[in-house]
Amino acid sequence: MAVETTTRAKLRWGLLDVLVVVFALVPVLWIASLSFKTPATLTDGNFIPREWTLDNYRTIFDTDQFVRALINSIGIALIATLIAVVLGAMAAYAISRLDFPGKKLLVGVSLLIAMFPQVSLVSPLFEIERQLGLFDTWPGLILPYITFALPLAIYTLSAFFKQIPWDLEKAAKMDGATQGQAFRRVIAPLAAPGLFTTAILVFIFCWNDFLFAITLTSTERARTVPVALSFFTGESQFEDPTGAICAAAVVITVPIILFVLFFQRRIVSGLTSGAVKG
Amino acid sequence: MADIVLDKVSKSFPDGTVAVQDVDLEIADGEFVILVGPSGCGKSTTLNMIAGLEDISSGELRIGGQRVNDKAPRDRDIAMVFQSYALYPNMTVRENMAFPLRLAKLDKETINQKVDEAAKVLELTSLLDRKPANLSGGQRQRVAMGRAIVRQPKAFLMDEPLSNLDAKLRVQMRTVVSRLQKQLGTTTVYVTHDQTEAMTLGDRVVIMRGGAVQQVGPPQELYDHPRNLFVAGFIGSPSMNFLHAAVQDGELHTALGQVPLGDRVRRELEAADAPRELILGIRPEHFEDAELVDDDTRRRGMEFEAPVDIVESMGSDKYVYFTVEGEKASAAELEELAADAGAADFAGAGGNLVTRLSAESPVAEGQTRRVWFNLEKIHLFDPTNGRNLTLHEGRAAGALAD
Ligand SMILES: Nc1ncnc2c1ncn2[C@@H]1O[C@H](COP(=O)(O)OP(=O)(O)OP(=O)(O)O)[C@@H](O)[C@H]1O
Ligand SMILES: [Mg+2]
Repeated sequence: MAVETTTRAKLRWGLLDVLVVVFALVPVLWIASLSFKTPATLTDGNFIPREWTLDNYRTIFDTDQFVRALINSIGIALIATLIAVVLGAMAAYAISRLDFPGKKLLVGVSLLIAMFPQVSLVSPLFEIERQLGLFDTWPGLILPYITFALPLAIYTLSAFFKQIPWDLEKAAKMDGATQGQAFRRVIAPLAAPGLFTTAILVFIFCWNDFLFAITLTSTERARTVPVALSFFTGESQFEDPTGAICAAAVVITVPIILFVLFFQRRIVSGLTSGAVKG
Repeated sequence: MADIVLDKVSKSFPDGTVAVQDVDLEIADGEFVILVGPSGCGKSTTLNMIAGLEDISSGELRIGGQRVNDKAPRDRDIAMVFQSYALYPNMTVRENMAFPLRLAKLDKETINQKVDEAAKVLELTSLLDRKPANLSGGQRQRVAMGRAIVRQPKAFLMDEPLSNLDAKLRVQMRTVVSRLQKQLGTTTVYVTHDQTEAMTLGDRVVIMRGGAVQQVGPPQELYDHPRNLFVAGFIGSPSMNFLHAAVQDGELHTALGQVPLGDRVRRELEAADAPRELILGIRPEHFEDAELVDDDTRRRGMEFEAPVDIVESMGSDKYVYFTVEGEKASAAELEELAADAGAADFAGAGGNLVTRLSAESPVAEGQTRRVWFNLEKIHLFDPTNGRNLTLHEGRAAGALAD
């Protein structure tokens, strides 16, 4: 009886899971399928292409525009992620471990930033960056990305830091470590899963951003892939760029998948087991 | 190695809690001192202040003659063993033990040699390459000890290091700690909850209550000559019996009969502000079956009759519980002790009398038995402030002293 219910329940859950996965994946697969189709068969409605071609990929990598945007995207996202995670880690550590004046204010302000509608900031940012000469440069995008990624980083990381037994840090101090050494050699290695998780989240945020990228750039100098895609017209005016756009869409998904796969291996749970009893 | 001096050390937390109040304590070089007291009395806070993990609000702390109030933990050169062990889970046993040495920037060879030495002392050699997660509780405890001893610090601080171990392992580790401390001769401050650890391990015991030191002394002295009601009730297991006693015509009226008083106590009770009611304290081993007492001894005490409630034969002697009628002793200290021990363990102030009689006593449950008790071993306490009235120049002299 019990066994029957569990198998039934399993079946039900399995079905539900499959449904969700299909729902989420079908559009992605469709795009992938379109990217392999020739212009002639593009609209034939077949899920599996009749005629396979790599022309679309060749096209986008031939255009300087796309390659340049890809480099911009990767560079900007990586730099912003690195800085946001390092700053976020320090802030989160301070918030979770130290008592300092203005702590509540700091948490409050970072929450405020996270909730602030980005759209309302776009025009002032545009003006400011033009005045400062940051418009259409890498730092011009990296700075706002860090600003909006930091609250996210601080929140995720402080949750991780709070899980690490405080006694470990006291022990490190007793063993002769400075606050900095205690953080680098004891806390940071244990917080690694948190750091990687945060890095993934921040990277995805930067990678996917369209709003800032389209307002704060004007040329290939700093234009990122999501924006470059929207400017995609194909080789000539008459060419249908759908296939190329799809190919580009597939290409920009790959770094994220790689990024997640790479860091996922490091997100092992139970890293702190054995530190303290109970 | 060094002596540790606490000079009027106090700690108040930002929220206003005064955790430690004017603690004066001189710990000699090489001494093993135990801090005991009920939960929340400020033991850990005191230890953390010595360690440097907690700021000192007022007073002075000197280690090796040097004021260290404002020094960071790492500049105090003392090691600490935590109740939770606090091993670094990402490091092997060897790396854990080498950590303080690596921070001290010793060269690799010296580090390895020192770690191997410490591992040998603690029988950890075969475990050096394991991670803490793969060790048993006792082994983790030993690694924590190892990490403390490798760098030969001026002093060890231990905060309930054995309380997470099961009873058998605790006994075993107790001897390890004791042997290690004697061998190394390092000044040690040890916090514990456990009576047995307090009585057996230390050279001296510090009893704390509500952030203040109650009494400091060798375990036997605290047992025999408690300065106040709290110390008397805290030390000893089973604990001291406490009875209500009313002062009348130079005698005490108690549930055990009229207790005569010697001149010394009587003089003290003649003062205008002397209490009219007292608490009489007597330890279980100062009772004896009246049949078994010889005449010489009999003169030093008095007798009473009471119904036997329970008899627990321990082989070497018998714990006999009597029911006695009469008013219960009451004082803030007694309530606190009962709360800390759990009402079941602290029979002290109830209508129950715990006695330890010779194994030869033919006492049986349900009987009414005649019991003798030693008046020279009686303590009398002032219920308002807990002071031991029978204590003269630090010695308890009983009720009859002249
Ligand atoms: N950070 C803090 N802020 C405010 N009060 C505190 C803080 N830390 C401890 N206290 C209070 O100080 C008192 C002493 O605490 P402490 O940890 O020294 O007790 P303890 O004797 O070690 O008790 P236990 O035997 O339970 O470990 C307690 O009343 C506790 O509530
Ligand atoms: Mg404690």
